[in-house]
Amino acid sequence: MSDTRFLTNAQLPFCKGCGHALVAQNTEKALQKLNLNPLDVVLVTDIGCHGIVDKNFLAHTVHGLHGRSSALAAGIAAGLNNPNKKVIVFTGDGGATIGMQHLIGGAHLGFDMTVVVHNNMLYGMTGGQPSEFTPCGFKTPTMPEGSTKVGYDICELMVAAGASYVERVIGIGDYSDSLEKAFAAKGFSLVEVMEICTSYGVKSNPGMKLSKLVDAAGWNVKVFADGNGTQFKTPVNKETQSLISAKLEIQPKYTSKIKNPVSIMLSGSAGEGVQSAAEYLAKAAMLSGLNSTKKGSYPVTVGVGFSASEVIISPNPILYTGSPVPDLLIITSVDGLNYARNSTGKMKKGILYIDDSLEAPQTGAKVVRVPFRERVGARNSAMYAVFYAIHHEKLFPIDAIKDLFLSGKMADKVNIDTLMQF
Amino acid sequence: MQENNRNKAFTDGSRLITEALVRAGADTYIGYPITPANLLYLYATKRFPTMLAAPDEITALQWMSGFAAAGHVPVTATSFPGYALMVESIGMAAMMELPMVVVLIQRLGPATGTATCGAQGDLNVVFGTMSGGYSIPTFSISNYLDCWNLAAKAVHTAVMLRTPVVLLTSKDMVMTLQSFDWSVLPSIQPMQVKRYEGNETYFPYKTDDSLIPDFLPVSQNKHQVRITASTHDTKGILQNILTEAIENTKRLEYKLRKHIDSYTEYEFDEQDGADTLIVSYDISSQASREAIKQLRESRIKVSLLIAKTLLPIPSIYIDIANRYPRVVVVEENLMGQLRYLLFGVAGRKGVSGVNGIAKMISPTEIVEEAMRHV
Ligand SMILES: Cc1ncc(C[n+]2csc(CCOP(=O)(O)OP(=O)(O)O)c2C)c(N)n1
Ligand code: SF4
Repeated sequence: MSDTRFLTNAQLPFCKGCGHALVAQNTEKALQKLNLNPLDVVLVTDIGCHGIVDKNFLAHTVHGLHGRSSALAAGIAAGLNNPNKKVIVFTGDGGATIGMQHLIGGAHLGFDMTVVVHNNMLYGMTGGQPSEFTPCGFKTPTMPEGSTKVGYDICELMVAAGASYVERVIGIGDYSDSLEKAFAAKGFSLVEVMEICTSYGVKSNPGMKLSKLVDAAGWNVKVFADGNGTQFKTPVNKETQSLISAKLEIQPKYTSKIKNPVSIMLSGSAGEGVQSAAEYLAKAAMLSGLNSTKKGSYPVTVGVGFSASEVIISPNPILYTGSPVPDLLIITSVDGLNYARNSTGKMKKGILYIDDSLEAPQTGAKVVRVPFRERVGARNSAMYAVFYAIHHEKLFPIDAIKDLFLSGKMADKVNIDTLMQF
Repeated sequence: MQENNRNKAFTDGSRLITEALVRAGADTYIGYPITPANLLYLYATKRFPTMLAAPDEITALQWMSGFAAAGHVPVTATSFPGYALMVESIGMAAMMELPMVVVLIQRLGPATGTATCGAQGDLNVVFGTMSGGYSIPTFSISNYLDCWNLAAKAVHTAVMLRTPVVLLTSKDMVMTLQSFDWSVLPSIQPMQVKRYEGNETYFPYKTDDSLIPDFLPVSQNKHQVRITASTHDTKGILQNILTEAIENTKRLEYKLRKHIDSYTEYEFDEQDGADTLIVSYDISSQASREAIKQLRESRIKVSLLIAKTLLPIPSIYIDIANRYPRVVVVEENLMGQLRYLLFGVAGRKGVSGVNGIAKMISPTEIVEEAMRHV
């Protein structure tokens, strides 16, 4: 055991008799037993009476928000990614209540850190309100009739979440051995220190004895998990590939005769290939030397209902990617028709390609009916409709999309001839 | 055939943003899924040296702060619902002076709203992030070149000024696919936080004239580091309202103001003799650029200001606006959030807005508003 100081000589900032002081002293002793260097230790403190002790420590100290210390410490532990460093959290039962997610999550992932819960069964700093840890019958200044609920058993919760080392101790006297074991454990460890707040707990529950109270609450004072849990390893890969790659570039091979931007809306049903058909259309336009944009619209659940896509192709750079009124509208299903009604009404000119099974809506566009679904089936109707429209509208050579299609993933599944029925 | 299209790819803005963030020095991505930020999440899994999935957005910001304290430069991307959960932690990171970038991708609100519809509804939320009215440097993306340049600028600003930075964009910028010649993208240099190199006692929040304290991560063991989000002195020790501590708190804002020229980004397309100024940012910028092209083709004189640094508002925007009797602010929200920041509740004579929700503002709407007084 070293005699390296982890605490300054200054007085600890707690009320007389407060159990928080013993936590600080036992922490120093446990760290000394482990022969650690204070600057290989990071103490992360929560908001509450226990949290203002950081100024007394000679380790690195980090003091954040109420309840978030365990998440902050997890980030530090993962960021350090170094088993020779020790990350310790001081939190209260209040902080553990509001930040329970971080305790469960930390235990679950096995971050290399130790949480010391200062459980005085109430919120000390804010005047003695009950927390979720307050046991049945325990009185606080704001709950003089006593709590009617059982308090959380954080140790059982931590075991269930997968913590490596878990122990509950009565926060009286020397419990540095327990802290030492927790600090030495691999992965996530937690020690719950049972305390009494002399200012609010004692006054509201005169004559109460801590160990009796813990016993009556059904909380076992023991080691719940022995330190053989998993340890989180931060993934680090410095050799990732650039997202900008020549493989993604499309070299023009064909030419298009269009002089002005053409906005094309494709509207059909989810699961019927609308988005990929639109993407082939836009890329084929690029293969023909045009600029293009593609914007998808779908409900939040992508697998049901309508699926629509707006594509703009243009010989000039495209600034605005919206297309309030399409020049060319392709509707392949009832869902698509319902979604596109707004646009069909607005079209004063242009062309509407619509599946033959559907009733054509009111529109100023020229209506062309084609049995897309009947000829190629629902699943390929959008792709077929795109081939059909490119061919008849002479947007660019049909070979552009044919090339893309044949080199793409769908070529094995769909015979190109079925898409070339004009 | 078009010239200059030999390096054209069909890409979304998310790809460009992710790549630029990494090249600029960000090394850690903490993700929590939310539409329309999921593409960034996906790209981050392929590109960031470290990528972790957080169980919620409060945790995400806390983990990021922990990584930053350990010497990393973390990033996340979210939308309003996630940003709302992050607010307290962003203030913490600003108070601790930890560098990080939050990409805020706007979608239609309020609340959960419509996840798959774009919007420009969150500027005033970001403006009000910090208790006390302190700023978070905020950039907004007007096109693909900005996806690249401003993502890098966001990282560099976060690192240089030791502060969280918001990169504001919206659904249609990061999810729409566009043909884009990426050979125009300039190279990006990584930037690292300036570290304390002295041998004397380290004061984590002591600064020189730059008002930016030197950094030391908690990974080194030469000097003690104290980091805190409570009001603190230069040692990083919690203090009540001690003068030194209050001066330190004020410094947080003064540091951002002092260096504002180094991160003021805007585009001013000025036309001689124009009486009308169109002001825009984010996704409406492209419609505004298209609109001034059309207006000028009809021989109507008009200037265009695209605001890219949104917060703190650079005073040059006010100087420019004051030179025009007519100012039209274009933004995809109901009441005009940039207009409010520039001209206040009282407004100014000659100032109007082109606004709308649930659809992209079209060039036609902007042209009509600009023509109203001609
Ligand atoms: C988000 C948030 N909510 C509420 C508070 C107010 N607050 C400060 S300390 C505290 C409770 C402290 O109780 P505990 O964690 O048990 O620590 P103790 O004071 O008993 O040591 C609360 C609720 C806060 N700081 N932040
Ligand atoms: S109020 Fe209670 S918890 Fe806080 S320091 Fe005093 S005794 Fe300890």
